[in-house]
Amino acid sequence: MLSDKDRIFTNLYGFEDCSLAGAHKRGHWDGTAELMARGRNWIIDQVKASGLRGRGGAGFPTGLKWSFMPRKSDGRPHYLVVNADESEPGTCKDREIMRHEPHTLVEGSLLAGFAMGAEVGYIYIRGEFIRERQLLQKAIDEAYDAGLLGDNAASSGWRFDLYLHHGAGAYICGEETALLESLEGKKGMPRMKPPFPAAIGLWGCPTTVNNVESIAVVPTILRRGAEWFAGLGSKNNTGTKIFAISGHVNSPCVVEEEMAIPLRELIDRHCGGVRGGWSNLKAVIPGGASVPLLPRHICDNALMEFTWLSDNGSGLGTAAVIVMDESTDVIKAIWRLSKFYKHESCGQCTPCREGTGWMMRVMDRLVRGEADVAEIDMLHDVSKQVEGHTICALGDAAAWPIQGLIRHFRHEMEERIASCNRQANRMAA
Amino acid sequence: MPNLYKLMIDGHEVSAEGELTLIQVCEQAGVEIPRFCYHERLSIAGNCRMCLVEVVGAPKPVASCAMQVRDLRPGRDGSPPQVRTSGQLVEKARHGVMEFLLINHPLDCPICDQGGECDLQDQAMAYGIDFSRYIEPKRAVDDLDLGPLVETHMTRCISCTRCVRFTTEVAGITQMGQIGRGEDAEITSYLNSTLDSNLQGNIIDLCPVGALTSKPYAFVARPWELAKTETIDVMDALGSNIRVDTRGRDVMRILPRNHDGINQEWISDKTRFVWDGLACQRLDRPYVRRSRGLEAVDWDTALTAAASAISAGRKLSAIAGDLAPVEAAFALRQLIEANGGVCECRVDGAALARDNRSAYAGTARIEDVDAAKRIVLIGTNPRVEAPVLNARIRLAWLNGAEVGQFGDAEKLTYDCHALGSDIEGLRSYCESLTDESTSGMLVIVGQPALRQNGGDRILALALELARRGAGLLFLHSAAGRVGALDVGFSCDGGIEAALSGANVVFNLGADEIDIPDGPQVIYQGSHGDRGAHRADIILPSAAYTEESAIFVNTEGRPQLARRAAFPPGQARENWAIVRALSGVMNKPLKFDTLAQLRSTVFASVPHLERIDEVPVNELRPLPVRSGRNSPISSGSDSFYLSNAISRSSAVMAEMASLGNAKRQPERMAA
Repeated sequence: MLSDKDRIFTNLYGFEDCSLAGAHKRGHWDGTAELMARGRNWIIDQVKASGLRGRGGAGFPTGLKWSFMPRKSDGRPHYLVVNADESEPGTCKDREIMRHEPHTLVEGSLLAGFAMGAEVGYIYIRGEFIRERQLLQKAIDEAYDAGLLGDNAASSGWRFDLYLHHGAGAYICGEETALLESLEGKKGMPRMKPPFPAAIGLWGCPTTVNNVESIAVVPTILRRGAEWFAGLGSKNNTGTKIFAISGHVNSPCVVEEEMAIPLRELIDRHCGGVRGGWSNLKAVIPGGASVPLLPRHICDNALMEFTWLSDNGSGLGTAAVIVMDESTDVIKAIWRLSKFYKHESCGQCTPCREGTGWMMRVMDRLVRGEADVAEIDMLHDVSKQVEGHTICALGDAAAWPIQGLIRHFRHEMEERIASCNRQANRMAA
Repeated sequence: MPNLYKLMIDGHEVSAEGELTLIQVCEQAGVEIPRFCYHERLSIAGNCRMCLVEVVGAPKPVASCAMQVRDLRPGRDGSPPQVRTSGQLVEKARHGVMEFLLINHPLDCPICDQGGECDLQDQAMAYGIDFSRYIEPKRAVDDLDLGPLVETHMTRCISCTRCVRFTTEVAGITQMGQIGRGEDAEITSYLNSTLDSNLQGNIIDLCPVGALTSKPYAFVARPWELAKTETIDVMDALGSNIRVDTRGRDVMRILPRNHDGINQEWISDKTRFVWDGLACQRLDRPYVRRSRGLEAVDWDTALTAAASAISAGRKLSAIAGDLAPVEAAFALRQLIEANGGVCECRVDGAALARDNRSAYAGTARIEDVDAAKRIVLIGTNPRVEAPVLNARIRLAWLNGAEVGQFGDAEKLTYDCHALGSDIEGLRSYCESLTDESTSGMLVIVGQPALRQNGGDRILALALELARRGAGLLFLHSAAGRVGALDVGFSCDGGIEAALSGANVVFNLGADEIDIPDGPQVIYQGSHGDRGAHRADIILPSAAYTEESAIFVNTEGRPQLARRAAFPPGQARENWAIVRALSGVMNKPLKFDTLAQLRSTVFASVPHLERIDEVPVNELRPLPVRSGRNSPISSGSDSFYLSNAISRSSAVMAEMASLGNAKRQPERMAA
């Protein structure tokens, strides 16, 4: 359990003043120039030492990512892009940061931009986040007015401009290269990698794309020290993390907790437990819509960290915990996710364009049981044909929930088919 | 020496440049990788996922069309990276992609024009599986109206985006794109507009499935029943390499062949769709004008009439039209000069210098456009005169070349800034150049510039630019012009001198000129066009697909056209008619076969023997005289109706009238 003194986002719920004055009171923007005076390499080394892993879902070490940026510019400008296109079903952690702690993000952008030699940063915010955009823009304006951004940002001698760009509400624009395409004014379709954005990114220039939370925790890490952050959580899964718990819990919430907290503790302590008690739990999707679900017997011992979850056939993803109790039609729940991915597939590459629709349609029949048992295996096979064969990870994200369903709830699918057949036989008789 | 990387492909070590992609390296190593979206002349899309290969150590299969050699990581022990193009992983990926491509593809191969030459069909045979697991309803997509040339069946589309990439990158138009997401994504044209390009037919070839097919060719023939002949196009002076597909005596369609030096693998719409003109308005028997007009006669009568007209002529002159082959021009010149006549091929009055090859074939090659840093267009609109060359200029421009023009060409597919508008402007531009500023410069001189008043001064100034170091390319509009000039089918004083006072004119297929009233005209040609209307004796001859002949293209490259079909009716090959006429006149020319004629031609013009080689022309500048200033024009913008064959084509007529209708509102607005 994270103690209050170790919280980074002390105003996550907006109970206090969200403005610059309030941020100052909570210790943000404190000595930013001194942090920057220690140099780019120091910042990157600190972030590396803290063990911070990207909070957007893939969990790539943030410091390592920054170190891919060229040390010296070859004439091209460097760009920092903050991915605030938080659209994963179940995920709402960045939203809270932008609503109530926007200055952590603005300050983090300045520090990250400085660390990678970027004089310009873009925050790409999800289209549906209207109020969040206004609040974040207000924070940016405040920072400009206070001299914390722009020429000589925060009296550091570094020039840094931060722009807020409003997306149009496409899930795929949360994929980093599709985001860059969208930012350039094109259709949001993922690019081929390599080249990676650190070599050829926004407008062909070296670019790093980071999640909101990854950027927002950086100032505190630098102020309190990498050892402090690395001391939280477990090996390779350090620090604090914002969890968003939704579904069949008594009080759904967004909460900052220590990494590697047991799932059961997270739900019981912060959400008032599963509706109807832990024994009423059916399954949990631990990391947002795109990771496979876990049935209760695995949830019993689950640790909310990258390593444990991936070892157990799922993933931490964005740490958006979706809880489903025994009343849930789990097949229908996964069908709904399939429908989402079918709707959000960009249509660029074949397996995802054709496969997501196919999978959704088979799921559609499986929900009603109007299928053959052999089609369960076929669906699994189709999902394997999508997985790993696409340009971006959306294909994987569409395949995994279905694979998780088949892995853990095959009996339920078969039973659904059998009961449908029984009913059909009765009707015929 | 480029930096070579070592890698293993299926266990064989190969070295490759870092910039190459795996699909190219595999091709060099003789390993075929299936693909749909990849095309070597277009940008890389990587969206079909058919070309996935296994890179040992990579977590997922990689798209070989997009992965560059230099991005591969060597093994932990420093061994070269390993690529596997077969094996379980790759095969599974291919099966999967193939299945996905087919689930929403209609099973209408029996009624699809692409059948038999369909990438999807072929690769489904090679890499697919033979049953379908998909029992859901298939997707249907509304068809587009892209105009009279390209037919669409969008339900068949596999969204490879080759057409979108071609039209935006090569053709330089922005009408095509992909809208919608996921399985609702479809290729479409902006606001349902038709394509405004003279290169649009190429998307038919590019389309790997039957989504884009040829409208004039729709349901006409199957590829396996066609005889294929590799030959040369004469619709413009580029000499694009084409393949003519025939069934029996009929030309069924025309397709491009690859020639890196000329047309790459594109052809213009006139080249591609002119074939219906080969079957219409044909002169299939000889005619002689009598009191009731032209009367059909037999060859003996016609040749006798022609022979007596030539023998009786006080002043005899011969003119050669735009499509005249080299052999016929050479033979006719021998015949005419033996009878004391003069010859001329510059029927449009272009101020090309007749005995100075650098002043009619230039010093540069079409290929030089690619490397040019600065391209100067003088009185030409390449988009109309040679769309394929225009695409090449656009490519150079995309790669950073500057394009400027003297003239008034509009709607080019690249930024073209005005360098000047008149001859004086050209002269002062020429004088302002230093040797440094002409490095990497290519001057392209169009026929409109040479046809106008002061054309001789423009020619001299263009040669002066070349003398100062620029490359010089003449953009001819007639496919037969350079060849005719090469065999000396010209006289001092040009067309005016040739025709003035003539009482007998032998017209070898010249339809772009009005021969004044008075002289008796012998017309030898393939189509009943302007020349035939004015004729007193008509000798029907073969069109360009119907005889073996040499054509010299605009850069001076001799190329061999082959016979794909026989001429209709009693029409004969051009050279044979001239030879027969000389026999009737009892002054037989000294050859009996085409081979003998060719060896005579080669003896007198040796460079014509070196087929497909561009001779280096020694630059011989002309004196720059002073004269009246006049503006430089880039000519008209009529593309489709430029010669007798295209004027006989219903498709070309429809395209021309659509183009006029499109321009009408602009004129009214102006």
